[in-house]
Amino acid sequence: MNTSVLEPDPMLAARDIRKSYGRGAARFDALAGVSLEVQAGESIAIVGKSGSGKSTLMHLLALLDRPDDGSVLVGAADASQLPVRQLNRLRNEEFGFVFQQFFLTPNATVLENVVLPLKIAGVGASERKTRGMAVLEQLDMADKARNRAVTLSGGQKQRVVIARALINNPRVIFADEPTGNLDTISGALVEDILFTLNREQGIALVIVTHDPDLAARCDRQFFMRDGRAVGSLEVHGVSA
Amino acid sequence: MNLLDITRAAVGNTFRSKTRTTLTVLAIFIGAFTLTITSAVGSGVSDYIANQIGVFGARDVLTITKTAEDAAAETEGLSPYDPDKAANGRDALSHVEAPHITPDDLDVIRQVDGVLDVSQVQHVSPRYVEYGENGKFELHVNVDGVLFNPDLASGWQLDGGTTEGQILLVSPYVDGLGFSDAEAAVGEVVTMGVADYTGEIHEVQATVAGVMHETILASGAAVNDTLADELYHLQSIGGPTEASDHSVHARVRFDASWSEEQVALLQTDLTDLGYDATTVADRIGVIQAVVSGIIGVLNAFAIIALLAAGFGIVNTLLMSVQERTREIGLMKAMGMGGGRIYTLFSMEAVIIGFLGSVIGAVVAIGVGAVANDLIKGTVLADLEGLEVLRFEFAPVATIILLVMGIAFLAGTLPARRAARQNPIDALRYE
Repeated sequence: MNTSVLEPDPMLAARDIRKSYGRGAARFDALAGVSLEVQAGESIAIVGKSGSGKSTLMHLLALLDRPDDGSVLVGAADASQLPVRQLNRLRNEEFGFVFQQFFLTPNATVLENVVLPLKIAGVGASERKTRGMAVLEQLDMADKARNRAVTLSGGQKQRVVIARALINNPRVIFADEPTGNLDTISGALVEDILFTLNREQGIALVIVTHDPDLAARCDRQFFMRDGRAVGSLEVHGVSA
Repeated sequence: MNLLDITRAAVGNTFRSKTRTTLTVLAIFIGAFTLTITSAVGSGVSDYIANQIGVFGARDVLTITKTAEDAAAETEGLSPYDPDKAANGRDALSHVEAPHITPDDLDVIRQVDGVLDVSQVQHVSPRYVEYGENGKFELHVNVDGVLFNPDLASGWQLDGGTTEGQILLVSPYVDGLGFSDAEAAVGEVVTMGVADYTGEIHEVQATVAGVMHETILASGAAVNDTLADELYHLQSIGGPTEASDHSVHARVRFDASWSEEQVALLQTDLTDLGYDATTVADRIGVIQAVVSGIIGVLNAFAIIALLAAGFGIVNTLLMSVQERTREIGLMKAMGMGGGRIYTLFSMEAVIIGFLGSVIGAVVAIGVGAVANDLIKGTVLADLEGLEVLRFEFAPVATIILLVMGIAFLAGTLPARRAARQNPIDALRYE
């Protein structure tokens, strides 16, 4: 197919990537040759049961790990050719991460948790505070800025996590089961926040989920089983 | 992450697990405390020796003894009797094993290049000293007294040129002889009694030139040459001539402006002639070598304690890395480089080292101050001017840096483990 000539370069692309864990009899092929392109501003759901390789695919796209075979492209560049320093900067400035288990530092304040990426990037303390408060404001969490993360409810925690993911104005947010640990109401709220960001700020979403309702809200669904792609479903909705 | 943030984060992390940090710091503390104390004793004692004696020691004097030719034979079984070598029964020096220096020896030594003057060192042993009617006291005269310009409590050093007999008393005699204080003793005339060969007591007048602090090397009173000669003359009355013109030691004077090499050359010349020649510095050097040997052993124990504490740091940080696996994974996912993670954990190790060593040093200095007062007041009250534990900035700072260095090395293994963690494995870790 030569449709790629018409379409712009994908923001991220996986080309026939393979990844396996363990060796010998315990060897487990998490990915057995998968290709996927992520365009700027689109939302993709990677759907599959646990063990289907969907998380591994997301990790490789997010440059958290390297494939055993195949390549991951960032724009036109092969990620394996990029220096580690640049990969770190990409993850820090262009990517946002939302995890099912939140990964907040429990005894640090909400604000401290939110500005962690800025701290890693070496941004000064006063700017960190300004930008941290701004993003908390955006997510209606400003009044909790001084609270310790451990005191928050699950929905609030996930909003803090989204605030942390947003703080560097990323081009893409990777979300691994973002509503997996939440009740229906807070889950819906978190979903709304993510899709609003996608629509209004043009932030691409790569969501790993086994929740069909969440997947259905995405522009595209990418189904996986046993480390392989088993089909995809494109929704030509309003946002396309 | 800039260095300031890393430092802040490291400080924060250090206190996250208070019990564990405290115990590790305690282990470091013990090592640092011991090392600070031992090094303080080392510099206190050698400083004392160097200051009290070395600085005041005569630079232009060699002490001469005749080399015992059969020194080697003595160590292997019995020595055969030699009537020529055997000392006369009535000889004043018969109790001394070393060969005597005779007037002939003096002539030989006088011919050596660079020798300005050579004289015998005669041991004088007055029976008593008395001031006014306050009673007679035994007195030990240290013939080496003139080798040093002792640390004076009052008065002046001995005058070698005067015809007046002068004596430097040691401070305990001030009270005993009945002076009100050290100043009052200066210029007063004391009476010394000395017995000759027949046992008759002769009395000699001596002017107190000054009062000196008691020291390790010169523990008795010092007398000037005039008084020494007079005492020696009196105690030799009725004795054989051999007794009066033989001695165990002789003293050689040379040019005070000589370099160490020139002095060493003179010593070699004298050694070739069969004499042992030692400078004051050589004699002090022996004591200092012994002291530094002991201090060295103590320091080695302290270092061993520190090394053991270093493994405590390794253990603590490995546990910390384990506990914070997910946090490390998160930071790596968010773009923190391995180098920064490494720095973060190394910094924690260094902070633990810093805490332990600073607390150790501060406590050691506090304990040292108390101990100094105690020792001064009791065990070593006689050694005036001795500060057993001497804390100086440079050694204490060196110890703190050394401990931080050991801590840093201990931190490298856990820090490397943290830096190499794969963010995925770390995030999956439950």
